[in-house]
Amino acid sequence: MNLVFGSVVLGILSGGIYALMAVGLTLSFGVLEVINIAQGMLVVVGAYLSFALESYWHIDPLLGLLITIPTLFLLGFGIEWAFLRPLKQDRVALSILVTYAVALILEGLMGLWFGDNFVAIHAWYVDAAINVFGLYIADIYLIGFALAIVLLGAVYLLLYRSKFGAALRATVQNREAAVLIGIDVQRISTLTFAIATGLTAAGGMLFGATTAFNANSMLDLISRLLMIIILGGMGSMGGALVASLIMLVSVDVVSVAYTPTWSTFVFFALTVVVMVVRPQGLFGAPPARKV
Amino acid sequence: MFSVRRNRAALVALTASTLLLAACGSTPSSSASAGPVKIGISLSLSGDFSGDGKAILQGYQLWAHDVNQQGGLLGRKVELVVKDDDSTTQQTITNYSTLIGTDHVNLVFGPFSSLLTIPAEQIAKRYGYVLLGPAGGAPNVFAENYKGYAFVQPASVVNNLLSFGAMLKSLPASERPTSVAYATSNDPFTQPQLPPLQSELSAAGIKSVYYQVFPDETPDLTPEALAIVHSGAQAVVLGTTSVPQVQAFVQTFIQQHYTPKVIIATSGPDQGSAFSSAIGAANTEGFLVPEGWTASANTYQNSKFVSEYLAKYGGTANAIPSDAPEAYSVGQIMQQMVQKTHSLDNATLIKALHDTTFKTVQGPMSFNSNGSPVGSGTFLVQWQGGNTKIVWPQNIQQANLEFPKPAWH
Repeated sequence: MNLVFGSVVLGILSGGIYALMAVGLTLSFGVLEVINIAQGMLVVVGAYLSFALESYWHIDPLLGLLITIPTLFLLGFGIEWAFLRPLKQDRVALSILVTYAVALILEGLMGLWFGDNFVAIHAWYVDAAINVFGLYIADIYLIGFALAIVLLGAVYLLLYRSKFGAALRATVQNREAAVLIGIDVQRISTLTFAIATGLTAAGGMLFGATTAFNANSMLDLISRLLMIIILGGMGSMGGALVASLIMLVSVDVVSVAYTPTWSTFVFFALTVVVMVVRPQGLFGAPPARKV
Repeated sequence: MFSVRRNRAALVALTASTLLLAACGSTPSSSASAGPVKIGISLSLSGDFSGDGKAILQGYQLWAHDVNQQGGLLGRKVELVVKDDDSTTQQTITNYSTLIGTDHVNLVFGPFSSLLTIPAEQIAKRYGYVLLGPAGGAPNVFAENYKGYAFVQPASVVNNLLSFGAMLKSLPASERPTSVAYATSNDPFTQPQLPPLQSELSAAGIKSVYYQVFPDETPDLTPEALAIVHSGAQAVVLGTTSVPQVQAFVQTFIQQHYTPKVIIATSGPDQGSAFSSAIGAANTEGFLVPEGWTASANTYQNSKFVSEYLAKYGGTANAIPSDAPEAYSVGQIMQQMVQKTHSLDNATLIKALHDTTFKTVQGPMSFNSNGSPVGSGTFLVQWQGGNTKIVWPQNIQQANLEFPKPAWH
């Protein structure tokens, strides 16, 4: 097995999982103009839901997505209704404070219900692996990557092959103009946030299956997810996917080819370079020309 | 226009992600002399060290309960004033500055980890407070040479893994591992533990085939785990600070069908049920961890501590995290110092710190002038059949060493 090759493969596969966790964040920003600091905590909530289904009711985590995705969809619906809809002005800045508060509330609840111990989701495909040219690739990473492609593909179809998607894209392009042409922006916003949160359930399950976690795991997560959407371009779904792959592959390859000490630095340095050359991120929309 | 907002928002988000990891503040003054004896503590109740921080709080609270049942310190009830440091050095500095300067606590107890003990020690030194640390045994902590500090564990962290080296060397040459891989976090608690062990094993002919230091905040430890697999080492030494780090290595080892003959981790396997639930109970089998305490040890007030812990927090004796007795020992030592000096004056207490052998649930303890324990070292605990058992040294072992380690499940 070539170590660098192995790191590239595993980086790509785990990048897919991160994309699934980050896509909700980028969708929320694109449509609602909110920076959802609670995204990391929502991933943890998704992980806890899958953990609870598997531990207490012996429901397979993959099958459990049929329950956890709708549950988080409803949770997202509630969060948008209770906390984001009242924000009328300066939404970007205020949303950081409000969603951080939401994250703290959820963190407290998870801690109360599940305790402080680190837990992990167990299933046969978490530890199983297939041999590819001497490298064992864990089933969970293959499943995670496939799930990311399927779910992100479904969202893509929703965005570009449906009337809802057209309305959503119009809202992304110009919220005020969308209102003027009769689009129910409020409804679009609520549904988008709920869909984004629902998708997070899948990211959460994969996160919980590949990492031991507790309620406090959200802080590490949100800083990584924010970096991903900043590099990829805020509001861009494809950007979230590409940036996730760049982050994981660069970190993994530098770790094995050089040293782990510089692995995170290389990614951050790369992000800074991109921000200097392309402030809107890799796939973000360019700044509008002032007239 | 929308896109301009978007770019500004990107900067706001970038700043927010950084600010989320930070904190600040502080101011000082004198100490109180009436009412309850206030003991100020900064603990990691959130953030990366929250598992250990909360376990330490259990130990402190249990001691406070016990000492209050005995009439308190010098006839005054003990009151713990606890602040969350979010596992950050900045907040630790703020907390101890506030506890001493604003809250006017009489005494302070230490936080979790060497990383946070270093700033705590600097604040204690500035105000002349005695600081007993349940988890601050890195060389950097002792380099401060503060006479008011003491590390309340049986051995300095640099000696933590020497018992593992002695155990390996005691194995018959034909069975002994011939190669070893080391991977450690850059944390001041873990990193200093590995070089002394590496020197000892190299001298014994056990070859180092991989040695890597990784940043504690590394998002993905799969590459390091893969490199260990690639090295084919027969022994693995993990300088880990938390359960998730151990779990990340173990998960990759399982997926790659790699089982070393022997594996030890500096932290993680000592977390009782948190460890077994994270890696799976069956996969704990044969895992080693250096320890300074066990529930079955015949030490001062240990059986009382264990029974009270189980009554208050539940679980089983083997699942008690070692942080709790370490914190409880801090209280025991403080209690004995106060009783000996009949004083809550920190300068007086500091003098008593170095001329006494204290009785604790971890065994007798005394300290060098820089706060390092005089103790001879830790023992090795191994997970066997879902429980932890002392397997080294042989004169106190509760079970034979399980060697080689069985395959993962």
